[in-house]
Amino acid sequence: MNDLDDLAQSVVGRARAGEGMEVYVTRGTDTEVRAYDGEVESLTSADSSGVGIRVLVGGPGGAGSQVGFAWSGSLDPDVIAATLDDARDNARFATPDPHVVLAEPDGVPAAQLDLWDDGVAATPMEKKVALALDLERATRAADPRVRQVSSADYSDSRVEVALASTTGISSFRRRTNAFLSVDAIAGDGADTQTGSGFSIGRAPGDLVPDEAMDDAVARATRMLGAQKAQSAHCTVVFDPRVVSTLLGVVASALSGEAVVKGRSLFAGRIGESVAVGGVTLVDDPTDSRAYGAASHDGEGLACRRNVLISEGVLRMFVFDTVSARRAGTASTGSAVRGGFAGTPSAGCRALVLAPGARGHDEIVAAVGDGLYVQSITGVHSGVNPVSGDFSVGAEGLKIEGGVLSQPVREVTVASTLQRMLQSVVEIGGDLRWLPGVAAGQTLAIADMALSGD
Amino acid sequence: MPGRCAGRGGVSGHDDYDTAVTDAALIDRDVLERVLSTALEGGGDMAEVFAEDAVSASAMLDDRRVEELSSGRSRGAGIRVVDGETTGFAHTADLSETGLAAAARAAASVARQGGARVRTVALGPLSAHGRGERTPPDSVDKARKLELLTRADEAARAAGDAITQVQVGCGDSRRRVLIANSEGLLAQDDQIRTRFNVACVANGDTGMQTGYESLARTEGFEIFERNRVEDIAQRAAARALVKLSARPAPSGEVPVVLAGGSGGILFHEACGHGLEADHIVKDASVYTGRVGELVASPLVTLVDDGTLLGEWGNFAVDDEGCPPARNVLIENGVLTDYMWDWLRARKEGRKSSGNGRRQSYQHLPMVRMTNTYLLAGTEDPDEIIAQTPSGVYVKKLGGGQVNTATGDFVFGTTEAYLIEGGRITEPLRDANLIGNGPEVLRRIDAVATDFDVTPGTCGKDGQSVPVGCGQATLRITGVTLGGTA
Repeated sequence: MNDLDDLAQSVVGRARAGEGMEVYVTRGTDTEVRAYDGEVESLTSADSSGVGIRVLVGGPGGAGSQVGFAWSGSLDPDVIAATLDDARDNARFATPDPHVVLAEPDGVPAAQLDLWDDGVAATPMEKKVALALDLERATRAADPRVRQVSSADYSDSRVEVALASTTGISSFRRRTNAFLSVDAIAGDGADTQTGSGFSIGRAPGDLVPDEAMDDAVARATRMLGAQKAQSAHCTVVFDPRVVSTLLGVVASALSGEAVVKGRSLFAGRIGESVAVGGVTLVDDPTDSRAYGAASHDGEGLACRRNVLISEGVLRMFVFDTVSARRAGTASTGSAVRGGFAGTPSAGCRALVLAPGARGHDEIVAAVGDGLYVQSITGVHSGVNPVSGDFSVGAEGLKIEGGVLSQPVREVTVASTLQRMLQSVVEIGGDLRWLPGVAAGQTLAIADMALSGD
Repeated sequence: MPGRCAGRGGVSGHDDYDTAVTDAALIDRDVLERVLSTALEGGGDMAEVFAEDAVSASAMLDDRRVEELSSGRSRGAGIRVVDGETTGFAHTADLSETGLAAAARAAASVARQGGARVRTVALGPLSAHGRGERTPPDSVDKARKLELLTRADEAARAAGDAITQVQVGCGDSRRRVLIANSEGLLAQDDQIRTRFNVACVANGDTGMQTGYESLARTEGFEIFERNRVEDIAQRAAARALVKLSARPAPSGEVPVVLAGGSGGILFHEACGHGLEADHIVKDASVYTGRVGELVASPLVTLVDDGTLLGEWGNFAVDDEGCPPARNVLIENGVLTDYMWDWLRARKEGRKSSGNGRRQSYQHLPMVRMTNTYLLAGTEDPDEIIAQTPSGVYVKKLGGGQVNTATGDFVFGTTEAYLIEGGRITEPLRDANLIGNGPEVLRRIDAVATDFDVTPGTCGKDGQSVPVGCGQATLRITGVTLGGTA
């Protein structure tokens, strides 16, 4: 037990008879360094903490069960007391609902994950500053066509979370993260193009500045001379970073909560073929290589490996405790929450498509003619996980004769998520662990509508 | 007591917490002066304390149930020290003088170039700004707020049997800010915001479709005296229902008519972000160095205006203590100015335009839009449609995104129709439109009189702030629509 655990338990101890209570307390330290033009543009260093409290009244799990929530960005005892009062008062106004319960320990052991690296705290600030400055300088020098580096950032965080409840939940987890990222602007005459790159790890020592720099410079410079393309239907090869984003959208449709509320394109399709046979999609937060790796979920249950789509067949959805109860099943250890100010909901943390055998170059060669998309825009405005409608802005390079050729910009690629899953041509073996809820690899999808001139 | 206000109001103990957002100063003047002096002990050009006390409440009705009421409180201060080109920043939830001084020293630790010297800071008079009568959210009974949710749910479901799911959310916030800097500035604001939104799912033979509508104002609960939640719900439901019979949107370049108040996101993305001085001074905008040039059709006069009372991007002072202004950015197609915060204005030896904003005390301010709108034109909106032989009519836009360096931007439709023979015909499924800012702005050939402003949330560099977007019905002669047909 540490002090954060003790605090969570002590607040839970204030639950009244018959009341359910869950207390989430967190504490963290963040550092952020931004370099620009050889100088430190800004440096932020700060500690923060917060508490989120759910109170259940009216007989938790019974016909009169009601829940209320309150949060505060402080662990001050008086503030916690006021937050508890707020949550308790809020509970009185919820519609009574027998599905409203807190998670109970389910006996699934938590994976032993080492997501904490003392290197974040041990690395002197000067070294963190140097990482950002060096990355900025190196990116400017990497290619004569790089005419600006709009930002080069180093950031890290240390986060500890303790969760306790009147139902016997008691979990503690902690993690560190370190990032390097850079945005390069390449120019050639009046032509301007941009590219970004990053490197992630648990501590500064894991970061590979050249990886961030090379990616940013290559992405910006190879787009120089880009033009619109003719509208056409073609095969699109998506970059691993784009695929990670796309899987994040698919993830929201695999949420059991979206399913039980009739807001998922996958609702009612368990056991059906929703994708081509080569598609196996797994959410596995117990793999410590995943960015979203976690020992415990947002309700303190052990995270576990869930196979969502197996060889094209939809097998299951991810559930938190309440959505599982609504669906007549058990939590899959998939509660996610947006920090202390958020309440649990069902979601994926670490999606991975079962990788294929070949890499980017071989897939491009096999596709022969089509479009390679290195980045997309407008995901939040153009991809709808309810209807499945899919339309995003895209930039990349034409694929001609099995190799990348002319750069293309200001086009859109469109389809529906349903059709895209059934049109997967090949899944790359070039798996990359990326920030977000999904890993990424090269992915080729046939019959996308390319809209340009 | 740590984490507590040392203000004259003597706020202490949770019983008083709800009244913390009253007239008591968040931090006393003499404390501010000492903390600012501490921040500059080791040198530096400017120090600033941004204190914030925010309370928020939200409620969600989903699947016919009020699922959860949520209340939140956040209170703290962000301190920055600017020394040359470098900004040091630290924040704390501890508003005691000890906590503030510790944050000041942390922020100053990067300002180490200058030699130690004593510098006293004297703050000027507090700039206070009048506000209209507002009904503070915490004075409204929770049950009254919930009744609005139920009424909206019923109205949406009554719109059609095909409506299978309704989600209604409402939220309000009160954010009191106090800003003091070593130049003597002392300002405060008390911002009350209220929002209401409805999301519907309609289910038909062709699958599911969604519809969304929202109301959001920098006002209190009184917004519901002038706006019926049933109307908001019906608009969201109608949007989902009409799309059940929608055909796939066309692909390729098409003339587009945007309805008045359809979202205004076009200008926010096509040029708004590109006119933010932080992008300009880094030469990371397609509009850098183009003041005085024709960058848009002569029909385009674009304004960013934080003074528009009650709009979602309205405030009495920005998050650097500067009052908002009505800033003309493009006049009759000619680029006239950019938007500025303190830091970027200083670089150019000018004043901030009142566009320095931040998400919370835990964030550094940067250049942000407020309410950005195109001035209305002279044409009849129906005439514009009638004079469009073929194209797409966009009744409602969703979000968008822009690459400021290239000017390429996208924005999504959430309600759109084909225009055939000058008439609005079939509904279209959702799609993104893509274009290049300067190119699309030149292609605006008609602007109508039916001006309206709509609320939105703008994300930039990881920070979200409320903004307004406005425009009248207008036509773009050609923009690429990302459909499948």
